[in-house]
Amino acid sequence: MKKEWPLWEVFIRSKSGLNHKHVGSLHATDAEMATENARDVYTRRNEGVSIWVVESKHITASDPDDSDPLFEPAKDKIYRHPTFYNVPDDVTHM
Amino acid sequence: MTSLNLEENFQSKIDTEIKIEPKDWMPDAYRKTLIRQISQHAHSEIVGMLPEGNWITRAPSLRRKLILLAKVQDEGGHGLYLYSAAETLGADRDELVQQLLTGKAKYSSIFNYPTLNWADIGAIGWLVDGAAIMNQVMLTRTSYGPYARAMVRICKEESFHQRQGYEIMMAMAGGSPEQKAMAQDALNRWWWPSLMMFGPRDSESAHSDQASKWKIKRKSNDELRQQFVDVTVPQAERIGLSVPDPDLKWNEARGHNDFGEIDWDEFWSVVKGNGPCNRQRLQARIKAYEDGAWVREAAMAHAEKKEQRKIEPEAAVKAA
Ligand SMILES: [Fe+2]
Ligand SMILES: [Fe+2]
Repeated sequence: MKKEWPLWEVFIRSKSGLNHKHVGSLHATDAEMATENARDVYTRRNEGVSIWVVESKHITASDPDDSDPLFEPAKDKIYRHPTFYNVPDDVTHM
Repeated sequence: MTSLNLEENFQSKIDTEIKIEPKDWMPDAYRKTLIRQISQHAHSEIVGMLPEGNWITRAPSLRRKLILLAKVQDEGGHGLYLYSAAETLGADRDELVQQLLTGKAKYSSIFNYPTLNWADIGAIGWLVDGAAIMNQVMLTRTSYGPYARAMVRICKEESFHQRQGYEIMMAMAGGSPEQKAMAQDALNRWWWPSLMMFGPRDSESAHSDQASKWKIKRKSNDELRQQFVDVTVPQAERIGLSVPDPDLKWNEARGHNDFGEIDWDEFWSVVKGNGPCNRQRLQARIKAYEDGAWVREAAMAHAEKKEQRKIEPEAAVKAA
């Protein structure tokens, strides 16, 4: 019976101090092979110091059709931003 | 939302330069067009490894061999980035590969021309990668997010491909009379097929209108071809080679080079499968796929067994 290798998503930390960032995907039989293949295809020019791989089926994504109700609550809360507040210009270090 | 609203909403995102992402609503035809285009692009990268791979063992120095190996490996990577982008649209990888192997899907016709000698490796890097870059730079701004991101990554890697090819041509053009003649001969053979890479004339192109409305393509075939001619002609002159086109001349009024007509009969004949190497290329891909089948199956079986042992170590011991 023919079976396709599962799909994995690849995340790379480009250097210490930065977070891992999604770079793409690949097929591999297991996590070890996914890591090695990710090294070969996504870090051929020193693009990374650390790799995360996760099988694509384990990722839950929000539904773009629900993005209005999902992100709406943050939209009218402008008081969460520093620019909302009036502070005199001659007050420093704030 | 009604389907009309969905469609309007989609188009207004495109018009305002908001990228379309995998889970966003999109018209079926947009999805289909992208799967076709991205997978053909992926196939081209993979088949494109063959004419150059042919010269790895015969590179004239260790330096050239390392460079060519790295380039061909990059092309394999490009294929992977693109297959991945197609998969975000719901395409199945194995199905895409089957479409290539059965001849149902096309790949760039340029790879159906043979690499006869080392100068061809120079001409390919300079002209073929050069032409591909023109197209790919445009595609970094394509409307589908994963495709655009794959293109950014690919373009970063491509520029070394073109430079190493030009360097080979420059070395040969500056060498012995025989070497210079080889470089000129390679340019003569690759020039026209490179211009054909941009596809049919705009007036003949079946897909252009919709693709530009959806901002999949942002420049027409003829525009890109003109751009390529304009940048490449001085590069040839700089190393003392001449472009094999008696009609080529600078047109002051247009601010572009005028150039001769492509042999469109040859173009269509290669597209339809009658180029010098069509059969050979496809056979090489089929052989690689078939010879690799047992490895793919064994690797999967091994991974499943390992996983099984992790889940039930005792059962595995008992069974043994
Ligand atoms: Fe490439
Ligand atoms: Fe390339």
